Amino acid sequence: MTFSGFKVVKEALTGYRGWGPLWRNPTPKPAYDVVIVGGGGHGLATAYYLAKRYNLRNVAVLEKGWIGSGNAGRNTTIIRSNYLLPGNQPFYELSMQLWENLEQETNFNSMVSQRGIINLFHSDGQRDAYRRRGNAMMISGAGARLLGPGELREMVPFLNFDNARFPIKGGLMQERAGTARHDGVVWGYARGADKLGVDIIQNCEVTGFRIEDGKMLGVETSRGYIGAGKVGVSVAGSSGRVMAYANRRLPIESHALQAFVSEGLKPVVPGVITFGAGHFYISQSDKGGLVFGGDIDGYNSYAQRGGLPVIEDVLEGGMALMPMIGRARLLRAWGGLVDMSMDGSPIIDRTDIDGLYFNGAWNYGGFKATPAAGLTFAHLLATDTPHDTATAFRFDRFNRGYVIDEKGVGAQPNLH
Amino acid sequence: MTRLTGGLIDRTRPLHFTFNGTGYKGFEGDTLASALLANGVRLMGRSFKYHRPRGVLAAGSEEPNALVSLRDGARAEPNTRATVAELYDGLSARSQNHVGPLHRDLLALNDLLSPFFAAGFYYKTFMWPKAFWEKLYEPAIRKAAGLGELSMLPDPDAYDRGFLQCDLLVIGGGAAGLVAALTAGRAGAQVVLADEDFRLGGRLLMESDLLDGAPASDWVESVRAELASLSNVRIMTRTTVFGVFDHGIYGAVERVADHLPVPGDKVRQTLWRITAKRAVLAAGATERHIPFADNDRPGILLAGALRAYANRWATLPVAKAGDAVAIFTNGDDGHRTARDLLAKGAKLLGVIDSRAGARALGDYRVFSGAQVTGSKGRLGLTQIEITEGGKVSWHEVGALGVAGGWNPNLHLASHHRGRPEWDASLLAFVPGQGGPQGLIPAGAAAGKGGTAQALADGARAAQAALAELALTAPQIALPEALDAPAAQEAFWHVPGKKRAWVDFQNDVTVKDIKLAHQENMRPVEHLKRWTTLGMATDQGKTSNVSALAVMAELTGNSIPETGTTIFRPPYTPVSLGVLGGGDSGPHFRPHRLTPTHGWAEAQGAEFVEVGPWMRAQYFPQKGETHWRQSVDREVLAVRAGVGLCDVTTLGKVDVQGADAREFLNRLYANMMGTLKVGMVRYGLMLREDGHAYDDGTCARLAEDHYVVTTTTANAGLVFQRMEFARQCLWPELDVQLISTTDAWAQIAVAGPKSRELLGRIVDDFDLSNEAFPFMACAPLTICGGLRARLFRISFSGELAYEIAVPARYGHALMERLMKQGADLGVTPYGTETLGVLRIEKGHAAGAELNGQTTAQMLGLGRMVSAKKDSIGAVMSRREGLAADRRRLVGLKSVTPQEQVAAGSHLFTEGAAQTMQTDQGWVTSSCWSPHLKSYIALAYLEDGDSRQGEIVIAANPLEGRELRAEVVSAHFVDPEGGRLRD
Amino acid sequence: MLIPHPLLGLRDAQEFTYLGDAALMNRPDPDAPGAEAAFCDYVFLRDNPAGVHRELWYHEQGDRSWLVVTRNTLTHEILGAELASDVKAGAAQ
Repeated sequence: MTFSGFKVVKEALTGYRGWGPLWRNPTPKPAYDVVIVGGGGHGLATAYYLAKRYNLRNVAVLEKGWIGSGNAGRNTTIIRSNYLLPGNQPFYELSMQLWENLEQETNFNSMVSQRGIINLFHSDGQRDAYRRRGNAMMISGAGARLLGPGELREMVPFLNFDNARFPIKGGLMQERAGTARHDGVVWGYARGADKLGVDIIQNCEVTGFRIEDGKMLGVETSRGYIGAGKVGVSVAGSSGRVMAYANRRLPIESHALQAFVSEGLKPVVPGVITFGAGHFYISQSDKGGLVFGGDIDGYNSYAQRGGLPVIEDVLEGGMALMPMIGRARLLRAWGGLVDMSMDGSPIIDRTDIDGLYFNGAWNYGGFKATPAAGLTFAHLLATDTPHDTATAFRFDRFNRGYVIDEKGVGAQPNLH
Repeated sequence: MTRLTGGLIDRTRPLHFTFNGTGYKGFEGDTLASALLANGVRLMGRSFKYHRPRGVLAAGSEEPNALVSLRDGARAEPNTRATVAELYDGLSARSQNHVGPLHRDLLALNDLLSPFFAAGFYYKTFMWPKAFWEKLYEPAIRKAAGLGELSMLPDPDAYDRGFLQCDLLVIGGGAAGLVAALTAGRAGAQVVLADEDFRLGGRLLMESDLLDGAPASDWVESVRAELASLSNVRIMTRTTVFGVFDHGIYGAVERVADHLPVPGDKVRQTLWRITAKRAVLAAGATERHIPFADNDRPGILLAGALRAYANRWATLPVAKAGDAVAIFTNGDDGHRTARDLLAKGAKLLGVIDSRAGARALGDYRVFSGAQVTGSKGRLGLTQIEITEGGKVSWHEVGALGVAGGWNPNLHLASHHRGRPEWDASLLAFVPGQGGPQGLIPAGAAAGKGGTAQALADGARAAQAALAELALTAPQIALPEALDAPAAQEAFWHVPGKKRAWVDFQNDVTVKDIKLAHQENMRPVEHLKRWTTLGMATDQGKTSNVSALAVMAELTGNSIPETGTTIFRPPYTPVSLGVLGGGDSGPHFRPHRLTPTHGWAEAQGAEFVEVGPWMRAQYFPQKGETHWRQSVDREVLAVRAGVGLCDVTTLGKVDVQGADAREFLNRLYANMMGTLKVGMVRYGLMLREDGHAYDDGTCARLAEDHYVVTTTTANAGLVFQRMEFARQCLWPELDVQLISTTDAWAQIAVAGPKSRELLGRIVDDFDLSNEAFPFMACAPLTICGGLRARLFRISFSGELAYEIAVPARYGHALMERLMKQGADLGVTPYGTETLGVLRIEKGHAAGAELNGQTTAQMLGLGRMVSAKKDSIGAVMSRREGLAADRRRLVGLKSVTPQEQVAAGSHLFTEGAAQTMQTDQGWVTSSCWSPHLKSYIALAYLEDGDSRQGEIVIAANPLEGRELRAEVVSAHFVDPEGGRLRD
Repeated sequence: MLIPHPLLGLRDAQEFTYLGDAALMNRPDPDAPGAEAAFCDYVFLRDNPAGVHRELWYHEQGDRSWLVVTRNTLTHEILGAELASDVKAGAAQ
């Protein structure tokens, strides 16, 4: 059924009898044209666009737990297209445009909220680097504003302007950036894909690949073998583990990234703010929780938890930047697994195994990429050619020397 | 007043406080909640969504309802649980989340509209028209959402952090914890005993049970006294262990001054990092309720809490003294409450027990096989509906205690991968396998509730921990407790059509769970996210298990099949201020000061943050009103005379050993092996991936002794990399490294008169161009015997030197040079002038060496030696790097007075400006007083063949666009004659 | 986390800087045929195991030792730590 305000009212008055399952719980078929491994935002968006735009509907999404249980449900919900390099920026701008129409596309309120992002800078050198980035955003049509200290103080007067170790000298703002409700994105794509005939199969863990003569035949799962014309792997922090089934090593390390939310508060933070002199960024959810995070813990991990030093580091930054949050309380801390790649940028590409495709290496930033990663991965799966905006996200860029290194730190994943 | 007799409050110490502006009186030992209840105040807040009236549910840190804003002004502290706010004289608190007065909240309208606000409703609407979400719907939702308010003022209090190491950390000072601490304490182990309450005793303080025939508080006091007398035991009350991290590291917060009006000279709170070899988790248990229709009114609370208020705080949550009280239970524990209340003189309506054939523990009425099926009372409970054997009756009561069973506080045990296990006999989850190593659950937290069981289990846990640590545990004589385990039946909620709350704060009802089931939001995490159940400030402590039971009933699965309850840190909410540990404001990061900092300060220098360092930015002189005036003067003074600049911050690494030469030759991309003793060479390091990494100089002081300099920014990283090469790649080389950045003060002496000035301070040292040419270096003495090192290197393009002396002489050297050079017009200069000088000379710095560039782009491609291996050499030859045609160029604004801003992008004149036509970017720019024009450095496609071309420097971000001529990056003295003279 | 430094005993991991897989000690022969491809594998590809991992830690705020720490990436349990120079010397023998 179609969701609408009218429908909500009608159902409220008739005891919700019309609300049915948001998606089915299908039994796996013996084979599919395309099997997507990973029922996160990316995998579900891929399935949705395969069905919607490329008319491929004999598609299954296999999820080892419940959909959205990985990074899709553990991130800090920021969306933005404020990148510098030509390999990245058009892709993220495509994503932003898809975000802007997401609710109408999926008929599900994912609460895309363009309240803006401000990246603060604290030195002339940082300002120059942000000017370079801001101009790249302007040139690509994403839009940007360079804010001086005066303007900033008016917009976010609660920051520490007067007593800081690293004074705030200004900020780069993207007004179109903001947040979206992460679970809502997962559910919106899942419901949309299900309606178009995609089988979403939960509690179905992929345990191996069946590959013969360099060709992918299907996947072994906890619910039996499932044949597949093509297999698209989209498993975020588990990329290394899943691709190991095909004996492939990746330019990726798995790391733990923590995130935090405070108790609910009346609105204080308008959009997203990132600190330029420490590891701290923050926004506020519609429910009122301050949602914030910082750096990865910095060592290989599959444990989905972090340590106390990073919690302290994040809050040192938080208190240095906005000392008015001192009397709010941390409600919950959690960890996700992120694919940290050798240049800090993602991979959407075919592999050398016929029929095996890979989408991963999203570093900290997979959530904002969800719509475009879904669309471009679907494009690749359907057409065997990379989407125009994702031509740089190839495996071979590393060996050939075309890395997309926004931070300029080279092949050390924990510095990206 | 609803004060009873007895209790653990000190009636000789009255405390005055206000709630919503009204004055009240309590006593020392009260919490805000107990004091309000004693004053007949039951309405303390409003729920999140429906703005339903809310009073206390619990008597401890799990409280989801009675959240208040404590204190005023910058110390205002939203969402404080009244149940754990220790009363102090002068306390002021306000209720939250209402419009208009608390008892007449205008947003209570939401309650009438609640059918429209069912689980997940917002995902289904607010989508049309598109623009309305940000403009209308969301702002309205945001305004209505949230609980308390921040003051928006900087937190005025101080915080601290501390570190503790111990053999055994005991978490919780109740029956099990006290016995565990005493056992370990007597064994001589280093023990830390932490309890969140301000008084040790845990649940023992809330019960009427006797220990060895005396009030339990007597035994608690005797144990406390003994523990306090042991030097190996540290008792930490008001301390919550909020998380367990890897390898036995526990995070704890001690509320040092939250029970005082203001902290005074104390910190407000301290963050403790406790490293414990073993820990006993004796955190007790949390009672759960039984959802029934309209079960959320003030006056309806957990039966154990009702008992606690009566026993410990001598009060009842009724509107006025004499109002009747009732208990609704599914087991024996509700009857204990009834017994205690009777003993306290409360008027008891009776116990409504869901079990058929339930019996009374005393002289009170039992409604057996009965349920509470409704309630009345707009702002507080006045009546309950009891259904017994199909018979429905209404009864006047002022309070209802609900006893649904107890959930072990296993939170910390599930902070790692430990999954709780369902105990069918206890009807609760207990800590399962795979919890944090070294953490031993005990007492009620392990499912061993009841005083007698908990005491014994505390001893067992401590003995187990001590055995693992090879310490001998003494047998402790446990006090005699007479309680028996309490039986109960699996009765999870009262069926019905009306709303029955499961999560009180977030207004999640049984109906919402049913709807989630109907919509296939069945996995427990989907249920939670769809309905917001368990996402309130208690994180599901009072709701999760009941919700699982309801979902299990709907799916027909068992509770453990339906899901478990995994908890994440923190155990209870922790202030953000204390997690920052007090390192805020100017103390956020250390300041590193150069040896001449004090001197520069005395000269009136302006300073700038350069990484961790503070460096002199420029030295304003009398009459200069703009920084540019100072910088222009300094630049011209260097080019015409002599200037001084503290360059100590550049990284310095001393490299010694028989293989030092070979080692450095492998580190630098350019040939370093041919460097002769007494000479310096510019050196470029690459990353192993072939990109340019860092540059600096390499000076050979002796056959086996080099001094390497790095950029300021990369000083630590380059040193780390050098150690990596030494230890991990080539440990066979005989080479030793030490960072000497802090050991030597280094001052640049630059300008045509630099030789003359230096000649006045060196001891018998020939500075002539022949004896000490460009790129020479030497150890020497100056000023009559001071050890020094002299390098003839130039960042400015002028005749220049850098002179190093032991750091403690840096200040004196600067003063001496200033004095000796007074007649030469010697001029101190700062980082701004340093920047202008290097841009004029075309030297790369951080903006050019930004990690994205290559030696070729820098114009140094030919430096990468093909004759030898070095870090990065192989990969620098890859296709993508070799094909990169961008080169470092100079740009001169066609309109000299307009600045080509760094960060502008370059385009061919007349071309469309897109990412595809982008030709490069401006890296650095400045006003050149020498050329009387703005100049810039930039990377430009095919830059080395485009000199003379006019390009567009586009800065759409600031609405600017300039034409600039491509020139050599070496604006000043491109032949380099000056530095060689 | 706590790292059992072979010379200094248990030290807080916060004193250390992490680099990555200990395979980074095995720099390829720059003169061997196919050196460029070998270097690309060395620099960019990782085993990234979910389980036991040998990895490099640098005692930056300590004695500047590089250590090879054997750690389980699923549980964070540390199974041992050695001086990297010893490991390298052992491998060379």
